Amino acid sequence: MDIYLLEAIINGLLLGGVLALLALGLNLIFGVIDVVWIAYADLVMCGMYVVYWLYAGLGWPLALACAVAIAGVAVLGILVHVLIIAPILGSAPINQLLATGGLLFFLQSFATLLFGTEFRNLGLRLPIIELGDIYVSSARLLAFAMALIGAVALYFFLRRTFIGTAIRAIAQDRDIVGLMGVDQRRIYLVTSAIGGALAGLAACLLALQYDVHPFIGNTFGPLIFMICVLGGLGDMIGGFIAAFIISQIISIGGYYSNTELSYVLAFTLFIVLMFVRPRGILVR
Amino acid sequence: MNARRFTVAGLLAILVAAPFLAPPYFLHLLIQILLWGFIYTAWSIMGRFGFVSLGHGAFVGVGAYVPALLWNYESVTPWIGIPLGVLLSVLLGLVIGYPCFRLKVVGHYFALVTLALGQVVMLSVVAARDITGGSLGFTPRAAGHSWYALQFPEKGYFYAIALALWLGGLAVWHLVDRGIGREALDAISEDEEAAAAVGIDVMREKLRVTVISAALTALGGAMLGHYLMYLNPETLSGIGVSLQIVFAAIIGGTYTMLGPTVGSWLTISLNEGLRVAFGTNFIGAANTIYGILLILAIIFMPRGIVGTLQSLGIRRPKPVPAE
Repeated sequence: MDIYLLEAIINGLLLGGVLALLALGLNLIFGVIDVVWIAYADLVMCGMYVVYWLYAGLGWPLALACAVAIAGVAVLGILVHVLIIAPILGSAPINQLLATGGLLFFLQSFATLLFGTEFRNLGLRLPIIELGDIYVSSARLLAFAMALIGAVALYFFLRRTFIGTAIRAIAQDRDIVGLMGVDQRRIYLVTSAIGGALAGLAACLLALQYDVHPFIGNTFGPLIFMICVLGGLGDMIGGFIAAFIISQIISIGGYYSNTELSYVLAFTLFIVLMFVRPRGILVR
Repeated sequence: MNARRFTVAGLLAILVAAPFLAPPYFLHLLIQILLWGFIYTAWSIMGRFGFVSLGHGAFVGVGAYVPALLWNYESVTPWIGIPLGVLLSVLLGLVIGYPCFRLKVVGHYFALVTLALGQVVMLSVVAARDITGGSLGFTPRAAGHSWYALQFPEKGYFYAIALALWLGGLAVWHLVDRGIGREALDAISEDEEAAAAVGIDVMREKLRVTVISAALTALGGAMLGHYLMYLNPETLSGIGVSLQIVFAAIIGGTYTMLGPTVGSWLTISLNEGLRVAFGTNFIGAANTIYGILLILAIIFMPRGIVGTLQSLGIRRPKPVPAE
């Protein structure tokens, strides 16, 4: 097998980890609150700026900067719910989607206002690991490992805690759960915070690999939606698998042609798959 | 009714007189308001029945790029190029619409599938950078004042075209609104199964509005490209544009004829006003406020401005007719 192809596959696998993490967050919010946060990728952008600002700007240690970013985006998630979603929880789903679309404009231009449109990076070079003839960036490896840890932590949280159980229950039947004595509003807040925290974690992992700029959300935002829909909106396991399918298409496609064409391929395949499996790849 | 006719005639007179009175800068804004108003109206022909497309940027892009590419590389006149672009858009709409409607892909799923369509067109243009210039954009070959090339250095000509196009768009909207299909489409958006049960050809009705909407949007995109003489994948087909189309239409009011135009007028003048107010010192300040206003408008006026005004009008007690 071609060594570069193998490298592309490994890189795709590593990218898939972070995408899977983001898909988990978005799916959690959709499954529980029944809202698509169209600005989800822009929350990630905010987190990346927090890491950049604290680490490269103020010289904080990276771990602390990341912790603050995760907490910060979690708070942002709560704010999104309280300020934007909660007032229109009863209105048409498309209005909720559009309200977060307004948030997308707001966050992108606010970031432009604060930081300008320049591409900024942490100025941090993590070593390249050599496995035989294959070169793997340790930043990506770290991102993959952390993303998996995040996913497993979420799994145990949802399985083993009372709030986790309540969250899963509400995703199954939102009317009955209220009768069981679960406070819906509190669950929504917790879910929004977790969704935000996952975006924050992804932001830390992406900041290690990519330059930050106000419109970076537009690059992988649509990708995350595709992954979620492909896996079946709200279906976390489906989304997890779909993340790796999409990242492999992009990575291998990028190896054979250029990046944009591989994205075109991914989106086209997504549209076709939607018609073969309209409710997600795991549902027949 | 007479008073209403009078108002309409007055407004039309102002619109016709505008190129002779307004300074070029305002004429430029008016042209954009009319062209985008036309595109937003085209979107709402579909959107009002609950088929919320987040991918209309795809049709704008195809409509604009096809004639421009044909003109630059093959010297094909836009009089042929524009219909070809419109045709391609319609085909694209059918290729996406048919399976979506067949498999009952609705709501969030429909919105996100169409979002992917917009991305496919945008990224294809970027990927074909050898031909299209990619993200740097594309400039149609200038031909001076020419009907053959549909290029006019004087804004007055484009104003007339934009005005005619916009009036045509309103006429189509009106025809769809008054046509027999409208009842059918309303029934479909209420309950698809029930509509099918009473003998409505659901697929045909849905495809019909999709075709109309895609064709008009592409036409609007083509004229926009010819007016601006600069095409850019991000500003024609990007996710921002597709969202903008939905926003303006919804803020103005999707269910009324003039709603999308009001949305266009409001968003463009707001954008422009904020840009002038803040200047270039604070890049992003204008859009920051714009974003907040969008969120507030969606939260507090889900029926749009025109819709809200109308429902206020309905609530007003009607005079009791004398016996």
